[in-house]
Amino acid sequence: MEKVFTRPKSMTDKPMHFCPGCTHGVIQRLVAEVIDELGIQEDTIAVGPVGCAVFCYDYWDVDFHQASHGRAPAVATGVKRVHPDKVVFTLQGDGDIAAIGTTEIIHAAARGEKITCLFVNNSIYGMTGGQMAPTSVLSQKTTTTPAGRDKNQIGYPVKLTEMLAVLDGTAYCARVSVHNPANILKAKEVIRKAFEVQLNKEGFSLVEILSTCPTNWGLPPVEAVKWLENNMIPCFPLGEYKVAGEVQR
Amino acid sequence: MARGRAIIDEDRCKGCELCTTVCPQGLIRMSRQLNALGFHFAVVTDQEECRGCTLCAVMCPDVAIEVEKERE
Amino acid sequence: MGKVLMKGNEAVAEAAVLGGCKYFFGYPITPQNEIPEYMARRLPEVGGTFLQAESEISAINMVFGASGSGARVMTSSSGPGISLKQEGISYLAGAELPCVIVNMVRGGPGLGNIGPAQSDYFQATRGGGHGDYRLIVFGPASVQELVDVTIEAFELADRYRSPVMILGDGILGQMMEPVEFKTAKIKEGPDKPWATTGAKGRKRNLITSLYIVPEELEKHCLKLKAKYDEISANEKRYESYFTDDAEIVLAAYGTTARICKAVVDRAREDGIKAGLIRPVTLWPFPDRPFNEAADYARAFLTVEMSNGQMVDDVRLAVNGKKPVYFYGRTGGIVPSKAEIYAEVRKILEGGAR
Repeated sequence: MEKVFTRPKSMTDKPMHFCPGCTHGVIQRLVAEVIDELGIQEDTIAVGPVGCAVFCYDYWDVDFHQASHGRAPAVATGVKRVHPDKVVFTLQGDGDIAAIGTTEIIHAAARGEKITCLFVNNSIYGMTGGQMAPTSVLSQKTTTTPAGRDKNQIGYPVKLTEMLAVLDGTAYCARVSVHNPANILKAKEVIRKAFEVQLNKEGFSLVEILSTCPTNWGLPPVEAVKWLENNMIPCFPLGEYKVAGEVQR
Repeated sequence: MARGRAIIDEDRCKGCELCTTVCPQGLIRMSRQLNALGFHFAVVTDQEECRGCTLCAVMCPDVAIEVEKERE
Repeated sequence: MGKVLMKGNEAVAEAAVLGGCKYFFGYPITPQNEIPEYMARRLPEVGGTFLQAESEISAINMVFGASGSGARVMTSSSGPGISLKQEGISYLAGAELPCVIVNMVRGGPGLGNIGPAQSDYFQATRGGGHGDYRLIVFGPASVQELVDVTIEAFELADRYRSPVMILGDGILGQMMEPVEFKTAKIKEGPDKPWATTGAKGRKRNLITSLYIVPEELEKHCLKLKAKYDEISANEKRYESYFTDDAEIVLAAYGTTARICKAVVDRAREDGIKAGLIRPVTLWPFPDRPFNEAADYARAFLTVEMSNGQMVDDVRLAVNGKKPVYFYGRTGGIVPSKAEIYAEVRKILEGGAR
């Protein structure tokens, strides 16, 4: 028998701290697989966020910076400017990238900073216990929108990938989801493409990844993937939003 | 059909049940026993039927599943 | 190399380049704009990178990334911008990342004005950001000293793996003086095996200030404390001016110290035994000369362009042995020699309590 699926090499052995059924772990694995396939483990410097993914450095065996809340694109800019030949990427949640760190992500993209940002959107604040996120969908109940997100009171979800697509500095941006195997396989291809955009020095790349939060959505994991499909995808349509020129493979 | 084998690391399993929903053969169920973490872990009911399609491993958020497959 | 006439802001920038600074991230704010402007021209000449950030918050976090990647890096700003950088400074201190931060202080609080001030002393020396940390803080009093401490700042930052702040003021940044750059060759930093460079042939490096287990964070904080104790023991700098026999000792740093020197000269002409202790490092604060002078002087007078901040450190150093008076102007006003001298006479004529 041949091993056809195993833990990627650039992933550590440490069990992940994410709640049962949280699809963040899938994203951790996909990124590690892409790093392995591109053969860039020794040339990668990652920058982590504040939020549920704050411990992501425990699971990737690459050089790593732990940034302050929302500032990962600025930290990654500093890293990339010192090491322009290295692969530099950030991992950030919705609060990190689309609320407190909106300035940093927009200007990193506008500069055409040759980094890759991975944006995990689960439409809620996980680590702090289920408060409204900038990406909470309309009528979504959170601990700070107990009656559901009301557009008249707190407005609409932020569609960051669409916003970044209009910037000239953005070479590639896309939205994917990890709620079922078909989408997971697609997500991996897109993440790989975003890294290749950086390797080809084409400019800034970003992948928004829709992910579940069973704990704070108050749903069993199997129900949570359905909730994502029925509530998040209509608000955040999947697809490539900016493709500067097909990536040369 | 090639034969396969899904190997579940029961101590990494958090009992989320996502793998049980994606196996085309419906071969995975949750154990009545608890693992070291206190979760009912996933088990493969009939390895003979496994085709090695890897979907369970693709879906597993904890990278708790490895898959082997016979060369065709 | 002979002396050249240079503006403080440009001199600090050139000194940084000679000190090995290859990266500069900043955001414009008056009265320090000549620093980023000089760096934008100069750094490309030495193979470095200047980047104008979208905010001071981004700038300090770019410094974090560059420093963690092993580079000598600097940022500069003034009051309001330094306030925005405080979060980043706390993270830099927590992750033990070396860098140099220049604050050409302007009048505050809030938007204040662009006049010279020394009202950011507390922010600089007490840790304007959160958590248990210290910065090495220099308070230079001339363009020459600004140059000298800037070059040294990069060495100290790397030696102690700590951010170093240079606390100037609007006058120091804007005035022109002849300066000599004693370093002809551009310095290079030491090897930094802890920096992120891609984990080739070694275990991966992690730059972080997160220690989630209380016992581990306490251990980290105690390690930082040991470092700060070492800095305290080794790096206190000051200038003593006619203090050996002084009956009144003035205490001032930076621009204000220059005026106080003139006050001491005037007092001596009038037969008043005045002296000046001028701290060059504001943290660690040179407490010993004050404590020693308290054994023979009758009184101390701290002069600042603030409502009284360094005076707290002078009082701690004097430790109740003698009265410590304060005179300050604020809001962008520079105290005059005559005003300060009048204070000196008032204290002596009133009799020291």
